[in-house]
Amino acid sequence: MRAGRWVADHFVMVVALLVLVYMFLPIFFVVLMSFNDPVSRLSYEFDGFTLNNWTDPCGPSGMCASVVKSLQIGFLATLGATVLGTLVAFALVRHRFRGRAATSLLIFLPMATPEVVMGSSLLALFTSVGLAGTLGFWSILVAHIMFCLSFVVVTVKARLAGLDSSLEQAAMDLYANEWQAFWRITFPLVFPGILAAALLSFSLSFDDFIVTNFNHGNTITFPMFVWGSAQRGIPPQVNVIGTVMFAVALLLVLSGGLLQRRRPA
Amino acid sequence: MATRTTDESPQTTSREEAGADLTLTSVTKRFGTFTAVDDLDLVVEQGRFFALLGPSGCGKTTTLRMVAGLEEPTSGTITIAGQDISRLKPYKRPVNTVFQSYALFPHLDIFENVAFGLRRRGVKDVKKQVQDMLELVELGGFGKRRPPQLSGGQQQRVALARALINRPQVLLLDEPLGALDLKLRRQMQIELKRIQTEVGITFVHVTHDQEEAMTMADTIAVMNQGVIEQMGAPAELYDSPATTFVSNFLGQSNLVKAEVVGRDGDDVVVDVQGSRVAAPRSRARRTDGTVWVGVRPEKVFLAHRGSETSDGSNLLGGGTVSDVSFIGVSTQYLVRMPWDQELTVFEQNSGARESFTVGDTVDLHWIPAHTFLLDADQDAHAGDLSYAALAGGPQ
Amino acid sequence: MSVAAAEAAAGGTVGHEPVPPPRRRGGSGYLLLLPGMLWLVLFFLVPTIQLVATSLYDPSGSLDTGYAMTWSFPNYWHALTSFTAPFLRSLVYATVSTGLALLLAYPLAYAIAFKSGRWKNLMLVAVIAPFFTSFLVRTLAWKSILSDNGFVVHVLQALHILGPDGRLLATSVAVITGLTYNFLPFMVLPLYASLEKIDLRLIEASKDLYADGFTSFRKVTLPLSMPGLVAGTLLTFIPAAGDYINAELLGTPKQYMIGNVIDSLFLVQLDYPAAAACSVILMLAIVAMVLFYVRRAGTEELL
Repeated sequence: MRAGRWVADHFVMVVALLVLVYMFLPIFFVVLMSFNDPVSRLSYEFDGFTLNNWTDPCGPSGMCASVVKSLQIGFLATLGATVLGTLVAFALVRHRFRGRAATSLLIFLPMATPEVVMGSSLLALFTSVGLAGTLGFWSILVAHIMFCLSFVVVTVKARLAGLDSSLEQAAMDLYANEWQAFWRITFPLVFPGILAAALLSFSLSFDDFIVTNFNHGNTITFPMFVWGSAQRGIPPQVNVIGTVMFAVALLLVLSGGLLQRRRPA
Repeated sequence: MATRTTDESPQTTSREEAGADLTLTSVTKRFGTFTAVDDLDLVVEQGRFFALLGPSGCGKTTTLRMVAGLEEPTSGTITIAGQDISRLKPYKRPVNTVFQSYALFPHLDIFENVAFGLRRRGVKDVKKQVQDMLELVELGGFGKRRPPQLSGGQQQRVALARALINRPQVLLLDEPLGALDLKLRRQMQIELKRIQTEVGITFVHVTHDQEEAMTMADTIAVMNQGVIEQMGAPAELYDSPATTFVSNFLGQSNLVKAEVVGRDGDDVVVDVQGSRVAAPRSRARRTDGTVWVGVRPEKVFLAHRGSETSDGSNLLGGGTVSDVSFIGVSTQYLVRMPWDQELTVFEQNSGARESFTVGDTVDLHWIPAHTFLLDADQDAHAGDLSYAALAGGPQ
Repeated sequence: MSVAAAEAAAGGTVGHEPVPPPRRRGGSGYLLLLPGMLWLVLFFLVPTIQLVATSLYDPSGSLDTGYAMTWSFPNYWHALTSFTAPFLRSLVYATVSTGLALLLAYPLAYAIAFKSGRWKNLMLVAVIAPFFTSFLVRTLAWKSILSDNGFVVHVLQALHILGPDGRLLATSVAVITGLTYNFLPFMVLPLYASLEKIDLRLIEASKDLYADGFTSFRKVTLPLSMPGLVAGTLLTFIPAAGDYINAELLGTPKQYMIGNVIDSLFLVQLDYPAAAACSVILMLAIVAMVLFYVRRAGTEELL
């Protein structure tokens, strides 16, 4: 009877935790398989334990090069999307202009369009202007900035709209001109939003496959490498990279959270 | 209807200090078709604690923001010490503001918050000034803390320090005590008054709380729908209100319709539902035709019907007590008069007066000098916010 | 955190709704918008319009001989009839996986919003943490989990849900599992955001007015969480409908979705008009379903 009561009270939480377990199951397998010693290249099962994958992470040819490419593109795409997107967010929240509805729609559409459509239409465009033969780093970069932009706008806009404007008015009341009020008050307070947008951009870019697949020419990013090797057999070092990515990101988020807790502002 | 808007309080200073006065001349502010401030004329003398009092939406905050430079007047001029600041940016004006929400910069510590204005003006060594100012508001050791760590009252004091440290010619306060609980608010009212007296800067305090305004200010301007209804010392506004709005907004008033019948020396005599009532000429805003006879509830005494002779006091007879509320300090009576109006009487519970119960028939007495007369064309319920709330909407 | 601290941390100040500033006049808005919007116009809007145009090209052209614009609307009909199965499969798979995701996500979002106490932030991190690994690597992990010798298959065989030769991989089940999994956070987070905003006192009021726990949920919590629910389903359904990675990695050509078809038409068969026609039909189908859904759910202002 008591057990039944406990379950009823905690039913939702139990289900929630089960769902979380479900979500982490593949991660667990990624970490597990990073120690795998596969019997054959096409094996997806845990055949034996080995540390070799970790000591020789760049063994598979082209893999580490693809990771580097992904990092480079990720960094540049983040830079581009964050700068352009932040400017747009400021315009939307703080300025008057005509065509607000159309602008909002255009920003919203990429988030609602399947990647298949975005990637293939971009390829069609490049082809029609004769650039099909030159696709590569630059075309991937262009595409990534394109679909990251909307997410940056939405994220920064949310943060900016929540700012109390009386803070800037107080700054001007205290002898700061518009420029000073922006750099000393507005910008530091929006910055967490800009940072979040940048992180979001980076992870979207690094992880992107579909749009990249359509526009990559001969450049291989990490997701493309994984896709390609799925046919020929996945080297276990792929899971090493996956685990490292997970660990690094987790570390960043947790340390960010800790920083926030110690500094109450 | 003309209202007098120059300072009538007894301590009118000499014209030598007129240089530091704040003057608003024909200031109007329109938002689209809505007129928030309508042709306002105002002079605030240097060194005064001045209150702009009125219900929400009356234009007082808009007026304040125009002085601060955060709103631009549609027309009119604002000058300080003779200098026209009407079109100057906020950072060019010798004016600082304490905001209603305090607007403390959350990412800076208290020291930097207070030092902000000084730094923007290029002052190099701010440490001593900041420290002294924090001492003044009794937050000496709080320099390293951040705004979210402080209580409401402490934040309010930081906001004050941050503004005062710049020695503005005028300090504007936009309902700064609104977010504090009652006891703290009372304390801060006394604090603010003390600081103002010590520092000698002109304070312009915007509030909707009439008790707050009367407690703190040397001069009050009562605003309603973009215009100033009356301006003067608190006692003067209270004892001799110029309009029904002021009589209802400051404290409470009984307003009864009457006809002016004549003069008696310095008094105006009116006929109130058959009884003769006298009012001093100096408190009569209208001296002919139909008027409102006004008297404050605490000025009225109850007596059992027919028990006391008139002996020079004003008398309205034949009422029936319809409600008794014991408030501790006083007992509040509602008395229904024969012409079906309910009048309010506050009797001090000093022990010297007898008490009445519901159903008693009573007469109302009061000293004629406490009577005031208002124009009957004005709405008797103007400024009476509880009436407005119960009637379902602003009047 | 106290309310004041929370508000201040969000950039606001104590006891006060954030005041939106008056918007600046003049042309500076256009200047700020220009680079970003130009980028979107050039690399999103124009390609999309181009795509629609391409779908009407003469199908008998090719990359070498060039395409002639012949307004050949029959391309659409041709695409629909040639690829009916993948089309339908995409919509079905997307619907099923969205539904499953909703069933899984709602309790999780609810628990985080109302029952998590001081674990709230940790649980939120746990929701997005799986995204920290690569999408493809995660999906490949499912290949390991659902493999013929994996414990899942063994357990299901022991429970006689699967026959002794039964597989999970290379079946619709695997593909739908992958789809549900990959877009789950997109369902959880908007739901959580909506649920979080609900004032608990409303539920208390409902209970005060004689509604029991479940009825309170049905009549108060569920309707109030609708904006999040709608946003979550859209954010899940749309990418799921266009996905082809899960089908490719976890299924066989028998499970191929329209995404696989478009990919193949564009990159392998180089049949641009057909590929474009399929894309356009996919877009239209999504738009139609979204509009219908949003109107029914009554949250038009979502956009």
